[in-house]
Amino acid sequence: MSKMYYRELYCGTPARYWSGLALLGVIIAIGLGAAYYMEHNGHWVTGMSNQIVWGLPHVFAIFLIVAASGALNVASIGSVFGGPLYKPLGRYSGLLAIGLLAGGLMVLVLDLGRPDRLIVAMTEYNFKSIFAWNVILYTGFFAIVGIYLWTMIDRSVNKYNRTVGFAAFFWRIALTTGTGSIFGFLVAREAYDAAIMAPMFVIMSFSYGLAFFIITLIAAYIWGDRELGDFRLTKLKNLLGVFVGAVFYFTLAYNLTNLYITQHHGIERFILLDGGVYTQMFWIGQIFIGSIIPLFLIYSPAFEKSRWAIAAASVAVLIGGFFQIYVIVIGGQAYPMNLFPGKEVVESGFYDGQVMSYVPTLPEAALGVAGIAVALTMVAVGARVFKVFPETLED
Amino acid sequence: MSNKCDQPNMDRRKMIGGAIAATGAMTIAPGVILHAASVSDEASSGADAKHRWGMLIDSNKCADGCSACVDACNTEHGLKGHGRPATDAVWIRPVKLKDKQTGRENRLVMMCQHCEHPPCVDVCPTNASFKRVDGIVLVDRHRCIGCRYCMMACPYKARSFIHEALTEQSVNAPRGKGCVESCTLCVHRVDDGVMQTACQEACAEEGHAAILFGDLNDPNSEISKTLKSTNSVQIRADLELNTGVRYLNL
Ligand code: SF4
Ligand code: SF4
Repeated sequence: MSKMYYRELYCGTPARYWSGLALLGVIIAIGLGAAYYMEHNGHWVTGMSNQIVWGLPHVFAIFLIVAASGALNVASIGSVFGGPLYKPLGRYSGLLAIGLLAGGLMVLVLDLGRPDRLIVAMTEYNFKSIFAWNVILYTGFFAIVGIYLWTMIDRSVNKYNRTVGFAAFFWRIALTTGTGSIFGFLVAREAYDAAIMAPMFVIMSFSYGLAFFIITLIAAYIWGDRELGDFRLTKLKNLLGVFVGAVFYFTLAYNLTNLYITQHHGIERFILLDGGVYTQMFWIGQIFIGSIIPLFLIYSPAFEKSRWAIAAASVAVLIGGFFQIYVIVIGGQAYPMNLFPGKEVVESGFYDGQVMSYVPTLPEAALGVAGIAVALTMVAVGARVFKVFPETLED
Repeated sequence: MSNKCDQPNMDRRKMIGGAIAATGAMTIAPGVILHAASVSDEASSGADAKHRWGMLIDSNKCADGCSACVDACNTEHGLKGHGRPATDAVWIRPVKLKDKQTGRENRLVMMCQHCEHPPCVDVCPTNASFKRVDGIVLVDRHRCIGCRYCMMACPYKARSFIHEALTEQSVNAPRGKGCVESCTLCVHRVDDGVMQTACQEACAEEGHAAILFGDLNDPNSEISKTLKSTNSVQIRADLELNTGVRYLNL
């Protein structure tokens, strides 16, 4: 095999690079402004309430954090499982993972009621809390993936690459397990109390992370006028197909278990049949856009070599994934908690027994989108400063 | 009776928790863990472990249309609405129920149930939610970061997030924008030796006497005696949280 040369990414002309970066900067600035507005006025200016306490920013944050772990897949396959085709892409995989996690965490932190107390969150730990564990898992992820990147880029420490690669692999599995367990531990709510949540989040991360990876890889090679071979892309595409199928399988298993358990029929009915917008998001967003369309684009012989189809499939996976998390996070809260089994709530001073509505507001969306912009900015700057992308990836 | 899937699956919690703990512990020096030593001890100063405070609510006596307890709680703690019911703080709320089978209607009030095993305390990342040694569950508002995880975890929807800046606060309850709060069992009164909550007092003044506050650990207290001689229930007893608030005639 010929030797790989890595080079900093110059996106055609400097103007092209800097204007791209400026655009991202504007998006981030708008997001920060939105966060300030929400913080300054208090959360009543958002769509969140005392019934729906986690809103659109959480959907973005969880989506990005889950994707971050998955983005590291390619590096893991390359150095842990020894896939030579994936190895040259390992550096970019690490960079993207760090970027996505940073974006997700920014959104999460800026949506806290007291973001100014971040230092409390970093110094006071309740070790029974999955959230506290996640703080450690997230910060650890930055450190481990940072070192991992170092072992990939610096030849003098390259001998540690495999060991660090293993550590990073286990760490990220723990990270997504932790993220899924945020929900899996909530016994009070019918939608969440399920052990399957953790593995489901792990597999979701594989799928979303790879989709992000493929899209941004194609974009970077177009921008940088570099060669990206079909063979490698087809491999990635096939892998994505497997992950999308696996997410579909877990969705099926999750819903079937709930259907088996009589007490959970209420929430199932709500999501699958009469939950209004959540039902639509489930069928149209999660199932049709997120599973069926990408599987068709990936496996249909008509699109065998089509780069367009690969990109479209990845975008569909991301859109579907976003809806999936929306349905889990918001749909799960909108469905009323069953406090009084066997009784019907005739009157309540606090919306007992009622499906709650949640309408996200513009500032929440702006903050969420800024999280994606943070991820892309880190990638753009990282790829420009470090030797991340191979000169060419022709077959 | 067994409502299997709604039981808190402690084994599972332990298993997942253990797996995560093991991974985390690899990199965290054991010394760091010491640092987390129980905060609730200091915050509980003044509380006495001999007591366990609780309430008993008689749903037969809770009168239709009455809001005396809710009003008293709001006044006592300076809770004011902003005309936006979905985001206003609610510490105590009336609920009217109808049995699907028998059609029998009752009314009761819901508030923080002061669980013996409070899920809100388990999930709170910063130890802001804590249980005093006398069983009262509180939020330390200097430590709360407003993540709302406790609200996700509380099975009774007992907690409110403060959605806007507050003015004219009551000295009885320091509160703050961006933090979470809930019924304190009138802890300021308890610590002053006044053994009557604001809601109980108002309910009695109205002539209903549906609320009884007292020490569950003291066999001679009125609440203990009533609990011993009657058939009270816990709401969502299947969760095994051993609540400090109990209900009669539900
Ligand atoms: S009722 Fe809710 S807020 Fe109160 S102690 Fe139990 S879990 Fe915590
Ligand atoms: S909102 Fe405050 S009290 Fe509730 S879990 Fe978060 S930090 Fe703890």
